Amino acid sequence: MDYTLLLIQVLNGLQLGVLLFLVASGLTLVFGILDFVNLAHGSIYMLGAFVCASLTYALDSYLLAVILALPIIGIIGYVFEVFLARPLYSRDHLDHVLGTFGAILVIDTIAHLIWGPAGIAIPLPNYLDGQIKISENIELPTFRVLIIIVGLLAAFGLLWLVNFTRLGMLIRAGASNRTMVSALGIDIRTLFAIVFAIGATLAGMAGMLIAPITEASLGMGNNVIITAFVVIIVGGIGSVKGALVAALLIGLIDTLGRAFLDDFFKIFMSTAAAENSAPAISSMSIYLIMALILSFKPNGLFPPRLR
Amino acid sequence: MKKVLAAIIFCNFVVSSAVAAEIKIGFVTTLTTPAAVIGEDMKNAVNLALEHLNGKAGSHKIEVVFGDDGFAPDTGKQVTDRLLKQDKVDIIAGYIWSHVLLASRKSVLDAGKILISSNAGPSQMASKLCHENFFSASWQNDQTPMAMGEVFNKAGIKSLYIMAPNYAAGKDMVAGIERTFKGQVVGKDLTKWGADAQLDFSAELAKAKVSGADGLFVFYPGAASGAFTKQYHQAGLKDLLPLYSVFTIDGISLPKLQAANFSGIVGSKVTQQWDPSLDNQANIKFVNDFKKQFGKYPSFYAAQSYDTINMIASAVMAVDGDMSDVAGLRSALKSANYNSVRGKYSYGNNNFPIQNFYLREVVEDSDGNWTTEVVDTVFTNHQDPFAADCKLK
Repeated sequence: MDYTLLLIQVLNGLQLGVLLFLVASGLTLVFGILDFVNLAHGSIYMLGAFVCASLTYALDSYLLAVILALPIIGIIGYVFEVFLARPLYSRDHLDHVLGTFGAILVIDTIAHLIWGPAGIAIPLPNYLDGQIKISENIELPTFRVLIIIVGLLAAFGLLWLVNFTRLGMLIRAGASNRTMVSALGIDIRTLFAIVFAIGATLAGMAGMLIAPITEASLGMGNNVIITAFVVIIVGGIGSVKGALVAALLIGLIDTLGRAFLDDFFKIFMSTAAAENSAPAISSMSIYLIMALILSFKPNGLFPPRLR
Repeated sequence: MKKVLAAIIFCNFVVSSAVAAEIKIGFVTTLTTPAAVIGEDMKNAVNLALEHLNGKAGSHKIEVVFGDDGFAPDTGKQVTDRLLKQDKVDIIAGYIWSHVLLASRKSVLDAGKILISSNAGPSQMASKLCHENFFSASWQNDQTPMAMGEVFNKAGIKSLYIMAPNYAAGKDMVAGIERTFKGQVVGKDLTKWGADAQLDFSAELAKAKVSGADGLFVFYPGAASGAFTKQYHQAGLKDLLPLYSVFTIDGISLPKLQAANFSGIVGSKVTQQWDPSLDNQANIKFVNDFKKQFGKYPSFYAAQSYDTINMIASAVMAVDGDMSDVAGLRSALKSANYNSVRGKYSYGNNNFPIQNFYLREVVEDSDGNWTTEVVDTVFTNHQDPFAADCKLK
């Protein structure tokens, strides 16, 4: 077994994991606290990528573009909450799904009209486009290391916000018992809008971080949203800590599965059979893990107490 | 609402009964999802072909009805059925994706209509599933990578790492390269494909890097190509593991790669049956007018779509607009008697082209735009390896 390769793959898995966390954290907050199923969360992730791409070309600087795009996405999230999500809160989940699915179609088409079908590649400044040597034979693209660092910072920032601030206290209280929070005189509407905007900003940030790797492209959000739902269900709906643990777990399993499953299968089956079955099994792996975890902990790994 | 519906239904009746002489072509491609960038290019080429024909084949008007397959086999089959039953098209063409074509073929062939692929060339449809009413205006999937394998042998490349998407064409591409490449394949990754395709290749690139191969061979068409090339460069593999590809660096990805300034791409080599620099009259007219109208070089998808329409027009003229004469259409198509932008070619027993394959290099043209140019002919009049397995004579 080549341990250097294993370490590189673990870091790759970590990078995928933190990106998943950025998307899933907003989803779990909105689902857990607002009891609102937001399928269009992925579209905000896509908008983050596209807005950042346009700004990168306009300002000729990726970093400036990200700094400027983050509040823009936050505002978009806020507007989305006020006009689309708010009227739907009192309805049941099916209406949420229908409403936000409609929003996906509308946002995708708007993006198609503004940016065209081709997708946009984001050029990185030279100091981010190279590789970092971690040890003699471990070399990682600089930008992927940056994603890990920024993602982890955002993750711990959010955990701090949720666990050690007054706003976080209200958020946790809202997740546990919404009626009681509003009965105590908290303006639940504003709280909801802030939570929604934070979630949107984090998702947009994930889109901005992935875009220089995979390009900003139409429908990119729809790919990530399914995995993000898997993450929040495994982690326990409404739990930020659960989302972090589950996102890292899913990121690692997905990456390691893609990396090593065929070699593993070759131990006990023919090369051809291993090469055919490994891609199929590895694309299923995260769902297998979800089924396994849910059969032992039906509410996920860290369900918020007192729902 | 009911009145509107009734009016629409009535209009449809009037239209279909009043102008029966009009030839309707159903053209299935991808117009949504990131792969829509390919569909757009094909649609542009089809419209350009119609413009060059003045919308007519001889004295018969041709109309093209586009269908969107949404990059998914089930949607592709649905839209094919809709074109056949609702739009009542006379002939069906298009299809970027092998899995979509495989899912849709039965609907068209069972209806007794002619089916023409403008791109996809799955091995199954060249061998066991070959059909007298199915024609390819492109190639069989294995052929282009086979040409690449030959290039590797000449260049003395001993070992390869292979990456391709996990679907019908991806598997054909891998099989194609293994068919001619005489060296060793040290590793292989098939990645998830479709509307939720995998676009982050960190795990696979890390494996390829430590594999010690002489080269990396990939097949990532459409939107995936930009993502792949970017990550290949970010991973710093340019000098360690030279990149070779088929259907990945093309007229669609080059402008984007140039905008992001991936200068490492200039000089890289790909194989193909067509190139914008091919010197024949039809091609010069096609490339010039395409550039004038759309401001960029046409891709091979565009070239094949342009050919498809001209090929259909030649067959319509041969039967003088009588689309019920399927045998007449067949023999006209089989003769390939039209001005193809790839130059003269012929059809084999399985209705796949017997044609040349060229080695092309990415260069900068006189206006500073990145494009490709033919540097060598790898295969002359090459027939796909499946022709013998097809029962057609």
